[in-house]
Amino acid sequence: MNEQLTERVSIGPDGVICVIAGKVELGQGVLTALAQIAADALGADLAQVRMVAARTDGGPDEGLTAGSLSIQRAGPPLREACARVRAACAAEAARRWGVSPGEVTVRRGEFRSGDLTATYADLAKAVDVPVEETPAATGTAQSVYVGTSVPRLDLPDKVAGRPRFIHDLHLPGQLYGRVLRPPSPGARLARLSPPPEDLRVVRDGSFLGVLGESEAAADRALGRLRRLAEWDEHDTLPDERELRTFLRAGPHETIPVCVADGEPPGGEVIEATYSRPFLAHASIAPSCAAARWNADGTLEVWTHSQGVFLLRRALAEVLGLDVEHVAVRHVEGAGCYGHNGADDVALDAALLARESGGRPVHVRWSREDELTWAPFGSAMSADVSAVVDEAGSVRSWRYDVWSQGHISRPTYGGRPGLLAGAHLERPWTYGAAGDPPPQAGWGSARNAEPIYDFPRAQVTGHRLTETPIRSSALRSLGAFMNVFAIESFMDELALAAGRDPLEYRLDHLSDPRAREVLRRAADAAGWGRPGLGIGFARYKGYGAYCAAVAEIEADYDVRVRRLTLAVDVGQVVNPDGVRNQIEGGAVQATSWTLKERVRFDRRAITSRDWESYPILRFSETPEVVVELVEHPDTPSVGSGEAAQGPVAAAIANAVAASIEVRVRDLPITRDAIIGAIG
Amino acid sequence: MTRLTVNGTPMEAVSDPGTPLLDVLRGEMGLTGTRFGCGLEACGACFVLLDGQPVASCTTPLSVAEGRDVVTIEGLAPGDELHPVQQAILDEQAGQCGFCLSGIMVSAAALLARDPHPDEEAVVAALDRNLCRCGVHRRVVRAVLKAAGEVAR
Ligand code: FES
Ligand code: FES
Repeated sequence: MNEQLTERVSIGPDGVICVIAGKVELGQGVLTALAQIAADALGADLAQVRMVAARTDGGPDEGLTAGSLSIQRAGPPLREACARVRAACAAEAARRWGVSPGEVTVRRGEFRSGDLTATYADLAKAVDVPVEETPAATGTAQSVYVGTSVPRLDLPDKVAGRPRFIHDLHLPGQLYGRVLRPPSPGARLARLSPPPEDLRVVRDGSFLGVLGESEAAADRALGRLRRLAEWDEHDTLPDERELRTFLRAGPHETIPVCVADGEPPGGEVIEATYSRPFLAHASIAPSCAAARWNADGTLEVWTHSQGVFLLRRALAEVLGLDVEHVAVRHVEGAGCYGHNGADDVALDAALLARESGGRPVHVRWSREDELTWAPFGSAMSADVSAVVDEAGSVRSWRYDVWSQGHISRPTYGGRPGLLAGAHLERPWTYGAAGDPPPQAGWGSARNAEPIYDFPRAQVTGHRLTETPIRSSALRSLGAFMNVFAIESFMDELALAAGRDPLEYRLDHLSDPRAREVLRRAADAAGWGRPGLGIGFARYKGYGAYCAAVAEIEADYDVRVRRLTLAVDVGQVVNPDGVRNQIEGGAVQATSWTLKERVRFDRRAITSRDWESYPILRFSETPEVVVELVEHPDTPSVGSGEAAQGPVAAAIANAVAASIEVRVRDLPITRDAIIGAIG
Repeated sequence: MTRLTVNGTPMEAVSDPGTPLLDVLRGEMGLTGTRFGCGLEACGACFVLLDGQPVASCTTPLSVAEGRDVVTIEGLAPGDELHPVQQAILDEQAGQCGFCLSGIMVSAAALLARDPHPDEEAVVAALDRNLCRCGVHRRVVRAVLKAAGEVAR
């Protein structure tokens, strides 16, 4: 039996310390970083710490794993809980040995005073004071693991091909489920021919699914079901060639980010408009979930959701259950870059399992469903203008950005927000996407506020309150677009003034950490050579600082050869983990910048596979060099989203520097370059 | 009944001969290390070696594997050992979510079997049918070059 010392920590007789963090592994390595923090706070050996996946039945509710906040938010309470466990065990050792707790030390999981030693397993059994009431151990525990590049704890399983992903989950008696999605977002089921007896169809309104004894059987059944369904379809989507008009047409919520008083000063006015298209998460694995209804009416769900507690509430609402009767447990999926189909497929599994006679049902989406039905990152468009003085420096700045909202997660805005809900007989429609509040770093307006010391700035967001294309959180939300626009425009201003783009930025920038990061990236990249482009931001205005320098090859096609990034995340828990996140973010941002665009006609999403939604390949991937600017005494902030905007801007600026073509509408494809040449 | 060799062991598969090899491996044989990513022969997540060549098991019917040699990620190295490519991926920490890695390592192992001294260009070309969304491409290329050094030694 494990001794449960706190909600988060339990210790087994074998000395294994189980830690439930409440944050989930999304492929970003967070469980490894949290294990490092826990092991140090416990004074334990990393090998004896076992991270347990988040779950609603027996884990802390730490909300979402999102927004590059996991280390910042989950680190301190975990450290504190572990330090209390250490103190309680040290106190028990002291009592046993008749010494004062101050005389007990702990290292690598061994408590010691003189010649006397004891382990966590020995002491945990005897700890009887509630650990919550034990003061946390004073003084910082020795830092053995924090700050070092501990290898990822999950990688050995994945490299050996051992079952670890939710796709590999096999519950006893499990059936395989498939959902027949409508052919387009506005479609409704008109008619369903009576299914043959051997086809196990589940229907609720326009929600249709089938069950099979194996993946292959389920796929075959889905093919047969497809032929039985007839749909009423409608055109509900905007014109993909007129996104600028669509985004500006309203109705909007106006978001005042920076409000300037009085009239702008006189001087030369320079202006430009930038845009990005809708972007897909395009995870390498389709979304997947499993569910089981028990005889007592309770529901168990296995999911790769970013927030098991939010999903539980949403499921309970759609299914008419008490939340206490729903247990949601995290199992790792493929890389997650925001609100994808993970929550939606969990409802699919629950709906199919309701009709499976008590057998668990495992559901996996198709590639097409993944690319067409998961929420997208919204298209955006921004107008920037500046009044400049004789030297070309900014006197006044104005920025307006138009976008759909960037968050429609489960329970957001009081709605379950799950895809299948909208197709049920008694529908739970999903509402328009909204935006996180300013204290959570905005959504459409994330990073819209410039970091530069402009004497006057007016910054306004315009969020569409009707969203015909389902949108939600995608890595860095509006920051990718806003940083691309601001940093492209800074380049345009520098060039108009005949000034060096790096010096021009520094002349408008007093924040010392920002200056250092910019200089480090520029130095490492050999700034001063022709053809380089630079981009910079501090994520959300209070997160990681990141500067990127791009080196490209361009004629009509752009190839990024090398990206050099400098990043300051405060205290670094795992240096290689941060590098890996920055490298991955930079490569993904390169893909968004050069290739990606969700395609649609007036009726349906038409980018349905890897040909119609191409992403960056090995032969197109730049070398990425990462400089860590260390500030060990500053609290850690996340690194997962910091590179997105700076990289886009650096590439666009390198294109302008190399071939004197300014592309303001992403992606920077051959067509875009030809279009920009006019 | 379809006879084939999987990871060195002769097997008889009972699935319908038209069943995708991927489903036979993951389902009937319980070898879940081979991944489903697209089912369209377009991402490489499901690659296995068929007589030494990397193929998309998602679109290869079981019947095509009849009498042939299939090697999956679980069988790249004997027993609990790791293939040099697997070891190098760990050494370089060349993974984030890791979902793409089985197929990538299969492609890389096929390359090294064919050409123990590939240069960077050859490695990139050999992996170009494999997609990775997390962006660990350059680490993977480094790892494969490192593994080539090991294999050649
Ligand atoms: S799953 Fe076979 S190539 Fe993608
Ligand atoms: S590591 Fe996630 S897709 Fe490659």
